[in-house]
Amino acid sequence: MQFGIFTVGDVTTDPTNGATPTEAERIKAMVTIALKAEEVGLDVFATGEHHNPPFVPSSPTTMLGYIAARTDRLILSTSTTLITTNDPVKIAEDYAMLQHLADGRVDLMMGRGNTGPVYPWFGQDIRNGIALAIENYALVHRLWREDVVDWEGNFRTPLQGFTSTPRPLDGVPPFVWHGSIRSPEIAEQAAYYGDGFFANNIFWPKEHFMRLIELYRQRYAHYGHGTPEQAIVGLGGQVFMRKNSQDAVREFRPYFDKAPVYGNGPSLEDFTEQTPLTVGSPQEVIDRTLTFRESFGDYQRQLFLMDHAGLPLKTVLEQLDLLGEEVVPVLRKEFAARRAEGVAEAPTHAARVAARDAALVAN
Amino acid sequence: MTVIAVVSAGLSQPSSTRLLADRLAEAAGRHLAGAEIRVVELRGLAVDIANNLVTGFPSPALKEALETVERADGLIAVTPIFTASYSGLFKSFFDVLDNTALQGTPVLIAATGGTARHSLALEHALRPMFTYLRAVVVPTAVYAASEDWGATSGDGLASRVDRAAGELAALLSRTPRKRPAEAPLIPFEQQLAALRPFTTG
Repeated sequence: MQFGIFTVGDVTTDPTNGATPTEAERIKAMVTIALKAEEVGLDVFATGEHHNPPFVPSSPTTMLGYIAARTDRLILSTSTTLITTNDPVKIAEDYAMLQHLADGRVDLMMGRGNTGPVYPWFGQDIRNGIALAIENYALVHRLWREDVVDWEGNFRTPLQGFTSTPRPLDGVPPFVWHGSIRSPEIAEQAAYYGDGFFANNIFWPKEHFMRLIELYRQRYAHYGHGTPEQAIVGLGGQVFMRKNSQDAVREFRPYFDKAPVYGNGPSLEDFTEQTPLTVGSPQEVIDRTLTFRESFGDYQRQLFLMDHAGLPLKTVLEQLDLLGEEVVPVLRKEFAARRAEGVAEAPTHAARVAARDAALVAN
Repeated sequence: MTVIAVVSAGLSQPSSTRLLADRLAEAAGRHLAGAEIRVVELRGLAVDIANNLVTGFPSPALKEALETVERADGLIAVTPIFTASYSGLFKSFFDVLDNTALQGTPVLIAATGGTARHSLALEHALRPMFTYLRAVVVPTAVYAASEDWGATSGDGLASRVDRAAGELAALLSRTPRKRPAEAPLIPFEQQLAALRPFTTG
């Protein structure tokens, strides 16, 4: 099982002192956070992609390429790559390039994006969101697997005799997760390809995601990729920790109360009860995270949101120390002890190359 | 058994909006023997409704109320008229309700106000809103002004309540009972095929 962090990349004023980082400070902070993730023993760093303020990460492969050069072990991913408004040809090229530079430590999560104006800014229409996700990914999938592609679709210029370069590292494309918070069509798409399904469950009650993940698992089996239990599931999480639970609540409350997503809404107490948000001691985070397995089954990737709502970099780095030293080692052990037979390992490039080679020998 | 949900957006306690809602529910029950009435009072859900607008999901109590409305065979929706339209609380409840939840559902609309001069708000605000939600709104909308609570004449409030309830019952008696809606799963090949450009193959 892989543990990591995902960042939205928001520039948010710290509500406790009114300080707002510059874009430069925030971008460098994201890099520092990624390096820290590797240092404390996490497996994955994923960045969001946005094309409007107050978000900075418009160019994920630039950032991930830089982080790749400064890390050795960390898997670099996205949360999410906009499959709707990016040119699928450019996605295929950019992430294959990154895959080479990072020696295979790359996967990505496809998402649609829910910011209305971004679609027209990139020449698209949000009402075609699902259709764009399906058609564009079908093209990315072919570009990574076929050397020469003839293609015609509804949303981009046709291709005749096109070769996407560089070809994927070792002839094995980056692993793809499909992220969705509400659309069964995307769960169905992930299942069809045998790709991963990432449910960013952090802002909503779990019952909703239990239905989506169950659908994905059933359809994964339907399409012959394995049993429902072997489907590849990722989940989000959102935590704030201090040694003493009360200290965590006291320190996080002002950030919670003004947080861009849910601020000025329900109380911290209601929100922690109704969503996966956990504010408390490392042990409370461990206990809560272990319940995800009970709700959703054995899963492969757990990403935590740690750097948002204006939390200062120093605090985020302290959080990562706690996550890496006190939480994740216990979670690794406890999840491993509970895992059922035959559950898939978390995807890595090396394992995917080995599986491809084994399949070639078998045939 | 036929289930009728009653949504009342009255704010005072006791509330004339709730009083009208109860009269309508009682009349509907008379026209449709055995109908089960389930009342949703929005006042107690006001904070939860605001939170849902902010977070995108309902609290457990609000979820129960939304499900009551979604699963009901028919709906009686009653609001006070504020500033020439339905109250903000009333509108916000239907804003957080899934916009397909009332498709084909018979709905009786009603409102209360201080003066009869606001009665057409029912026709200009409530009826189009429920039409947008593809509900089937009964022809008679019931408006109760303060003066109506003391009137006794033939075409007074009581007869309008009775006529509207009769229309709702008639509609319900020829509308099939609702079944729990399952979103149809569209197989992936079909989703892909729907995208094939006309010019190929």
